Amino acid sequence: MLEKELSKEKAKSSKQITGAEALILSLLEEGVDTVFGYPGGAIMPIYDALYDYQDKINHILVRHEQGAVHAAQGYARVSDKAGVCFATSGPGATNLVTGIADAQIDSTPLVCITGQVASHLLGTDAFQETDVIGISMPITKWNLQVTKPEDIPAAVARAFYIARSGRPGPVLLDITKDAQFGKLHYKYEKCEKIRSYRPYPKLNMGDVDKAVELINKAKKPFILAGHGVLISGAENELRQFAEKTGIPVAVTLLGLSAIPTDHQLYVGFLGMHGNYGPNIKTNECDLLIAVGMRFDDRVTGDISKYAKQAKVIHIEIDPSEINKIVKADVAVNSDAKEALKALSERVSKASHEKWMQEFRDCKKLEYEKVEQHDLYPGGKGLKMAEVVRLISEKASADAIIVTDVGQHQMVTSRYYNYRKPNTNITSGGLGTMGFALPAAIGAKVGKPGSDVIAIIGDGGFQMTLQELGTINQSKMPVKIVILNNNFLGMVRQWQQLFYEKRYSSVEMINPDFVMIAKGFNIESAKVTERSDIEAAIGKMLDHKGSYLLEVVVEKEENVFPMVPTGASVAEIRLE
Amino acid sequence: MTKQFTVSVFTENKIGLMNRIAIIFTRRRMNIERITVSESEVKGVARITIVVNTTRDAVDKLARQVEKLTEVLKAFVHEDHEVIYQEMALYKMSAKTLSHAAAAKFVKENNARILVEEPEYIVIEKTGTKEETEKLFLELEKYGVLEFARSGRVVVTKPMKELKTYLKELEIELV
Repeated sequence: MLEKELSKEKAKSSKQITGAEALILSLLEEGVDTVFGYPGGAIMPIYDALYDYQDKINHILVRHEQGAVHAAQGYARVSDKAGVCFATSGPGATNLVTGIADAQIDSTPLVCITGQVASHLLGTDAFQETDVIGISMPITKWNLQVTKPEDIPAAVARAFYIARSGRPGPVLLDITKDAQFGKLHYKYEKCEKIRSYRPYPKLNMGDVDKAVELINKAKKPFILAGHGVLISGAENELRQFAEKTGIPVAVTLLGLSAIPTDHQLYVGFLGMHGNYGPNIKTNECDLLIAVGMRFDDRVTGDISKYAKQAKVIHIEIDPSEINKIVKADVAVNSDAKEALKALSERVSKASHEKWMQEFRDCKKLEYEKVEQHDLYPGGKGLKMAEVVRLISEKASADAIIVTDVGQHQMVTSRYYNYRKPNTNITSGGLGTMGFALPAAIGAKVGKPGSDVIAIIGDGGFQMTLQELGTINQSKMPVKIVILNNNFLGMVRQWQQLFYEKRYSSVEMINPDFVMIAKGFNIESAKVTERSDIEAAIGKMLDHKGSYLLEVVVEKEENVFPMVPTGASVAEIRLE
Repeated sequence: MTKQFTVSVFTENKIGLMNRIAIIFTRRRMNIERITVSESEVKGVARITIVVNTTRDAVDKLARQVEKLTEVLKAFVHEDHEVIYQEMALYKMSAKTLSHAAAAKFVKENNARILVEEPEYIVIEKTGTKEETEKLFLELEKYGVLEFARSGRVVVTKPMKELKTYLKELEIELV
């Protein structure tokens, strides 16, 4: 009580606070409840200020700054908030780079705060000095170096506004140590407008009318739903639009969970390892309706042979994406939710039963040729798909699935039944191995009420396995499934198919993962037999705390279907 | 088909902006031929004029990437016939090799002027297109050019729509 009184007195008498404290207060103004970070010399004043606000801000101490940034990504992807991370100057800041680049290409809102050497030392090669502004320029939506304490509140306000608005992305604030130490009269004003920045383009009704005309005329229309649908919270609008028009919907890797996989109009997942029908039919439809997606090369294959027969409607908030890869006949430069709502109100009710049947026929063929052998294999070795199928059957509908990068990621994307929005967290654009474990921690913090299950390969797991320490310390109950084939499976698959089976540096001599988990106080088990897998998954899901389940899978399993690099989507291989 | 384009970027005058814009060009392997930075007619708004040789498609995509930068207000792309442009060149000549009379002759013929005349050297200034300043350079080269420097392009556009009108359309507040 006395202490509180004293601090109130102190606040009254001095009025000025440090830049570091102003930063913490500004974060609170923006509704920040969690920070992922790692302290060090140049950010010590901020950590010192944080000490007084431990009841308001939960700081998750990671084991490497890459873990902090991926955790912040996981947090942002499930919570509709920007993920926040702290790192010190020099190596602390450079360790963030991979995650920032990942967030940039996958449109994830982050506010990264890095400490920096005192401003008089800038440019002198001082201890732990790195030009993090220069380094992060091409991989951030915006960044700023702050050298004066009085500039901190406005910089934070701007950072959150830019990170979250329009097409979201990562921003970085680099704050010199003297700005953290220095004093200011604190006053916070939220940023709601920047004159040179237009995050929400006005929906042009002329474009909507043109799109409606194409949609009403189309005989074989096809919706490609991307991450933009989830970012704008347009899942209902997408469903209403599809249901009214009877148009089949496929999703991109990051669009997974934008529509439930058991929806009657859902036809599958697009791209290199996507489903057969969506790829083949891309080159047979007469109208492509792309919503919040950017025609990544993994989706399009050979662009010169991509959907040439079709008219294209591109609904996209970022004008630089329009006509970047695929020329749009009608471009609707707008937020997905707003555009889909306007379209739904204006399009005629329709059904395309015959066209839908073509997708179902493709699905049947894919099931017979590929899926049944993946899901219900008869051979000795366990297959990734059957493990994913069992997880999918046993996990609750709102469980969040976090995948790493490689074969297990493609298998999970193909076979997991996503039922609720934002239950798929993966590194799509950058393809960052090591993403899943820290991202799962962040996802659990962002949505503590949901189970979080990370499905990771043995290679990717070893890139950030030190974050088991974070799980141990923060007591975040995360389920980890390692699909272990003792190979860098995707690279091995390519070497088999395209490099005459010359297996160059792809075999992994792995540690005992169960022992490693034990060292971090995490319950664990290893399964090698089909007869044990179902019970093992059940046990993992029922376990209250964190759990690591290592599943030894077939060593040389390939993921099919596959569109080989440089081939057209129509040339998708089933085997 | 490759052509010469002028990209005029109107930006907030903030530190590091040139770097941000340059990165967009280098990432797409586009060489900046000439670059000029100056104030524009709108207070607080800088004008960056960049000349590139590339295709229409590439330069249009590039302009949209530039416009995506938070601090950029607008980027325009123009072909040479849509703009009025000048570049300035300075030629430092040795007074020993180029007499005053000869210098005066070049100046008159090329619509240039003598900027500085010292016992040891003469500095000639010529404003014009790159071809015009190049032509004078080739003529003076015979007398030994001690130093030569040419500025980036200074451009105004032919269309009568001013920046302010564009900004108003975009609902950008003018200070």
